[in-house]
Amino acid sequence: MAQVTLRKLSKSYDQHVQAVRGIDLDIADEEFVVLVGPSGCGKTTTLRMIAGLEEITGGEIAIAGEVVNDIPPRDRDIAMVFQNYALYPHMSVFDNMAFGLKLRKFAKTEIKRRVDEAARILDIGELLARKPKALSGGQRQRVAMGRAIVRHPKVFLFDEPLSNLDAKLRVQMRTEIKKVHQTVRTTTVYVTHDQVEAMTLADRVVVMNQGAIEQVGPPQELYHNPITRFVAGFIGSPAMNFIPCRLLGSGNALALRLADNISLPVPPERAGRYATYKDREMLLGVRPEHLTELKDQAKPNVARLDSHLDVTEPMGMEILVHFRINGTAVCGRVDPSVKAVAGQTLPMSVDLNHMHLIDPGSSRVV
Amino acid sequence: MSGATLAAGHAPARRGRRPSLARERRWALWGSYIALVFFAIGFLIPPYFQLVTALKTSQEIGSGKDPWFTHHPYLGNFIGIIENPQFQTFFLNSAKITLFVVAVTIVISVLAAYALARMRFFGSQAFATGVFLTYLVPESLLFIPLFKVLSILHLINSVWALALIWPTLSVPFCTWIMIGYFSSIPKELDEAAMIDGASHLQMLWKIFIPVALPGIIAATIFAFTVCWGDFLYPLAFLFTSNQMVLTAGIVSTLIHGDVLDWGHIMAANVLASAPPIIIYAFLMDYYIAGLTAGATKG
Repeated sequence: MAQVTLRKLSKSYDQHVQAVRGIDLDIADEEFVVLVGPSGCGKTTTLRMIAGLEEITGGEIAIAGEVVNDIPPRDRDIAMVFQNYALYPHMSVFDNMAFGLKLRKFAKTEIKRRVDEAARILDIGELLARKPKALSGGQRQRVAMGRAIVRHPKVFLFDEPLSNLDAKLRVQMRTEIKKVHQTVRTTTVYVTHDQVEAMTLADRVVVMNQGAIEQVGPPQELYHNPITRFVAGFIGSPAMNFIPCRLLGSGNALALRLADNISLPVPPERAGRYATYKDREMLLGVRPEHLTELKDQAKPNVARLDSHLDVTEPMGMEILVHFRINGTAVCGRVDPSVKAVAGQTLPMSVDLNHMHLIDPGSSRVV
Repeated sequence: MSGATLAAGHAPARRGRRPSLARERRWALWGSYIALVFFAIGFLIPPYFQLVTALKTSQEIGSGKDPWFTHHPYLGNFIGIIENPQFQTFFLNSAKITLFVVAVTIVISVLAAYALARMRFFGSQAFATGVFLTYLVPESLLFIPLFKVLSILHLINSVWALALIWPTLSVPFCTWIMIGYFSSIPKELDEAAMIDGASHLQMLWKIFIPVALPGIIAATIFAFTVCWGDFLYPLAFLFTSNQMVLTAGIVSTLIHGDVLDWGHIMAANVLASAPPIIIYAFLMDYYIAGLTAGATKG
């Protein structure tokens, strides 16, 4: 049983640079939480503070109910997997995995049992006698995970463990990590800058920006109901389109004026929520998959939008089309059967059931 | 089409000219070989002359004929010098104090380098620079104040004075080598060890020392060479032959006034230079790896 609790956790360097600005976070037992954000957002610093590798400037960290602010890393009962694996180069795979147990004076038979068990889970049984130099990137990553698993720690900490691998191996190891977490149910904090990794692995994703938490939630919730412009733009690939617009009309008949000749009706059920923003400059947020070719049977709240295509990118299962709305570059996804040619006009539709209205002043989603 | 024709037309012309890269490389190689041969000969002449002279009888040396060859190698000089009890004392003193100083140097410099490279504390950077600065003050300036210090400690004319003085030559440089080596070890390695439960001493013993072994061997060789070959300090601080070490001892006992017993002097020199040569021969690869590792990885 190991919850991790962060209370008003902050970190500053030289009193000027504030890396982490008083974050609060509760991580449940056995939960897989991913900290994600652009570089410099404070995610790695937060992880290193949980590990005890970085002193904290303010606030409190508790692991399994015990405040660990002043406890050295070795007594926090955590295990960490580093970006560059940090395997001991002079030790065999077995010794690398056994090192922590030997230091903790475990019996030889127990060490062997645990290493064998971890090797079986990670499928590295035949590598135990090798030195790290003789392993591939993926194998090294497995050994680094094995070193964490054998300890049976309260918390696993992962610091961008896949960013040194090539794209194909990264996808494979991602599945591997998920499988390991399903086998060895342990509270896990995982740091990455890759939102796809975050979405696929996490029970809950923590989106961080400029040292603060923007939003915490399950991947689907972040995707469908982002609460800030940053989260809306960060989660999802290709990223959400933000189109400047003006909210006009009255009562239930609100409309978004994108350009002189483009006006989109706001779904009536949203009108009440948006009413206070009437006659204001807003941002319309639409994901590329909701900006697609015009289909015959128009659904309610789907509006037509004619586009002059600048660039098309055939992806196989879809075509990404890039065009402009009143000068703003936007991206849509159309079916590969559609004849989308750059330089030509394509009738598109925008699904306003999934629209987001963002107040540019506060950068929050209305 | 025109592009293809053009390229095809140019290709033979390019082949006709010598590729400039290969030509430059050849010149560089020639230059290197000439310089290397020149220097190698320059540096090898003295030891060669020493060995040849050691294998000659006094008459042969005195005759001055054929200084670069000996047709009948004579081992009498070597036998004489090995059986000489004074030479044995010098050799023993040299070995005893050098080994002691090398051990002390390695312990001090590894601990100091670990602290300076890894344990961030106030002024560690200044200390690291300070360590190197001490190395820059030459022996010839230091031996006069050191004489005063040793006389206060009643260590003048004691071979153990060198055990105290030689580390001032060896520790700074060895610490510097080790700082470079330790700095090249990724920071995550100690963090991983820290999380695995290692204390600073365990980290040093189980991670840093094994990983930095080539650097430690390089430092060991350096310390050994500096101490074994030091001439000025023993000459300045030691007077009686029972306290002498090889370098100063050979000069002070085998030269009587203006009588130079060249055969014995050269044989003694050959025997005195044997240990460093043997050590280099065995550990050369480690030495080079150790000296360059910090530079390339750091």
